[in-house]
Amino acid sequence: MSLWEYANPVKFIRTTDKVLPWIWTFAVVALVVGLVWGFFFTPDDFRQGSTVKIIYIHVPSALMAINAWLMMLVASLVWIVRRHHVSALAARAAAPVGAVMTLIALATGAFWGQPMWGTWWAWDPRLTSFLILFLFYLGYMALWEAIEDDDTAADLTSILCLVGSVFAILSRYAVNFWNQGLHQGATLSLDKEENISDVFWFPLLVCIAGFVLLFIALVFLRTQTEIRARRTRALLAREGQV
Amino acid sequence: MPELGKYAVAVLGSYGVTVALLALIVLVSLKRARKVRASLDEVERWSGKNG
Repeated sequence: MSLWEYANPVKFIRTTDKVLPWIWTFAVVALVVGLVWGFFFTPDDFRQGSTVKIIYIHVPSALMAINAWLMMLVASLVWIVRRHHVSALAARAAAPVGAVMTLIALATGAFWGQPMWGTWWAWDPRLTSFLILFLFYLGYMALWEAIEDDDTAADLTSILCLVGSVFAILSRYAVNFWNQGLHQGATLSLDKEENISDVFWFPLLVCIAGFVLLFIALVFLRTQTEIRARRTRALLAREGQV
Repeated sequence: MPELGKYAVAVLGSYGVTVALLALIVLVSLKRARKVRASLDEVERWSGKNG
């Protein structure tokens, strides 16, 4: 069995229809368990007080904001190289979800920054690169809407996605590249033996799993919708209705 | 309810915004999915009758 089989829209819809109820279920369970655990059953931090509870939504949403764009990058490259429509539509489907994740990361960061840094916003390298990433999401979605021909829209948005990837990567590594900002280093790193205390780490892991599963569920659902919308347009065009 | 102290606005505000935005994207996605599906069914029926 090849991965490219799922480039067939019918096969994609049939397969995702089977797995979607499971992904939705696991996403809701992980989010409810992770957020309830983190909010109600973890202690305050000795320096940050109760604002440490914001970590359970800020870190997963920031992680997904960057990874959603990287997923769009892979899907766009597949479109550019292999011209599979499903991959272009998957990238289109992921953009609003990624934009929401970026907005959540920016908003929760501001809520945390006000009491901890004494300001809602600073032109810090990571914050600024995240804001630019959010603007790229908006531009990407606007470009899809602005172009009537689906293939032309897919071509141009794919190029925009390649350019925007610079900011997705910068968002991730900004604190390493420029250390004069307010934002602390990465909360999670595969290089470290221990990232944060286990009492915060385990509920955070469950929340991350919940955000990842929610993202996958939404992208599958929205890709199915884009495939159906495209087929509707094609049928109407064939019948001379548009 | 945990004791959030002087940071209650920051913590509750963060959770409130997050739940609202996640609910919004889920509801909008489900609503559009239903609408597009119904529209395709109608066009396919119409197209089948005429084709």
